[in-house]
Amino acid sequence: MAAIEVRLPVARKLAGQSQARGSDKHLVAPGDTITTDTGYMRGHGTYMGDEKLIASVAGAVERVNKLICVKALKTRYNGEVGDIVVGRITEVQQKRWKVETNARLDSVLLLSSMNLPGGELRRRSAEDELAMRDYLQEGDLISAEVQAVFSDGAVSLHTRSLKYGKLGQGVLVQVSPSLVKRQKTHFHDLPCGASVILGNNGFIWIYPTPEQKDEEAGGFVTNLEPVPLHDREVISRLRNCILALVAQKLMLYDTSIVYCYEASLPHQIKDILKPEVMQEIVLETRQRLLELEG
Amino acid sequence: EDLRVDGRGCEDYRCIEVETDVVSNTSGSARVKLGHTDILVGVKAEMGTPKLENPNEGYLEFFVDCSANATPEFEGRGGEELGTEIVNTLYRIFSTENTIDVKSLCINPREHCWILYVDVLLLECGGNLFDAISIAVKAALFNTRIPKVRVLEDEEGSKEIELSDDPYDCIRLNVDNVPCIITLSKIGCRHVVDATLQEEACSLASLLLAVTNRGFLTCMKKMGNGSLDPESIFEMMETGKRVGKTLHTSLQKILDKEESLGTTRQKVGFLG
Repeated sequence: MAAIEVRLPVARKLAGQSQARGSDKHLVAPGDTITTDTGYMRGHGTYMGDEKLIASVAGAVERVNKLICVKALKTRYNGEVGDIVVGRITEVQQKRWKVETNARLDSVLLLSSMNLPGGELRRRSAEDELAMRDYLQEGDLISAEVQAVFSDGAVSLHTRSLKYGKLGQGVLVQVSPSLVKRQKTHFHDLPCGASVILGNNGFIWIYPTPEQKDEEAGGFVTNLEPVPLHDREVISRLRNCILALVAQKLMLYDTSIVYCYEASLPHQIKDILKPEVMQEIVLETRQRLLELEG
Repeated sequence: EDLRVDGRGCEDYRCIEVETDVVSNTSGSARVKLGHTDILVGVKAEMGTPKLENPNEGYLEFFVDCSANATPEFEGRGGEELGTEIVNTLYRIFSTENTIDVKSLCINPREHCWILYVDVLLLECGGNLFDAISIAVKAALFNTRIPKVRVLEDEEGSKEIELSDDPYDCIRLNVDNVPCIITLSKIGCRHVVDATLQEEACSLASLLLAVTNRGFLTCMKKMGNGSLDPESIFEMMETGKRVGKTLHTSLQKILDKEESLGTTRQKVGFLG
């Protein structure tokens, strides 16, 4: 039976300032003066005007010795070598694929950086080039690692490990890249029964944990069997939890996602996206994270 | 198995927020937020001459503006096609008799009548536009206050129209029969209500149903490139009627509640 909830809007209350953390960061908006001292070098996100250093983006000021830059809160993904990204194939070109990764330019996945099925190592021939579309087509999702960054900012990817490759069934959540915390590993198997890939470019992939670790396939065989209802419920709940964390601007990493999942268990999955339930869950998560820190 | 990506069932709507009387210089206005979809409707009542084919009635004029803020596709003239489609659908729905009592909008037969200009503004596009627009139009028409006028006749026969002095003396419209649009999108072999943008991208065909508060279907339109099986159309119609009735009761309850709060209501508006 359908339940349609219609309600009157409620004015949002400003969330209380988190204790002590706010004093560490110097937050600026575009047009704010950072400093009037002219001895500093200007980095990204700043410009010089009227003998003052003014911010051009909204974010936190970072200072390294004499270099001042502003790290924006909502930006496109800027590639760094070694990042894990989740991307979607947009084009199949002669010896490479173009991958969309929420960056300013499409990322590039060269044919030579791609694992061949079976894990063989050989020189890519003309037949491989003609068979490119059999490996990856337009619209496929892949997980890859950043190999290099070109001078224009475009990112070159590689999938030269068995843990990268084409992604099968799951749910993609798109968030701002600055909310994904940099960690040692971005592939997590959560205790609730699903696995998650936290791409540094803001694309988060939630999928059911595969029972056997199928290593020989190398990431090309996609399992298209219907996912059982229990797994789908876990994945939907995780997706809503991640959206709740993003709405309240909390950093995303495995601990915060797990705590948020546990805090959301008393509620129904579709209720998590209601504003008041969202605030309650994220408040509880924030408290547990603070307790964890010390 | 009745579980969508965000945890909703196939017949569940996202949380709807309705607020009326948000624009002060209109006769009636409403703002509806359905998930990420944001619609603003303003109704202005102006005096004009009735149409020749219906000299004893007033009428409604619709206009839809797809703001470029909604999605990048609406930049420049990109939103015009969608806008005309929405306008044509609205005209079709309101062309059935008895949706709005247009005879009450008449002041002098053949000479003067009220014309209601309904302007719809798409602020944000998050899937399921038609439903949100129809809810907003119904709420705005409920909120519309048309000033009462009296017709005075001179000895020579020329008529003068006198506006009453009291600004609160006005006629309200009866929106009980105004239908709401329910969009049913077919994804795979099931159909869902209130599709998000991602679900709309996956659905090949959808059915637009205009349902009144008593569950009667007044208008039907098929959209999309895919084909629909006649049996599935029948199932979708049944679902649409059921969902429509629930939507109407919930909406009317909220509109009445907002009305009863009167001046004590805290206006949220756009900066809340």
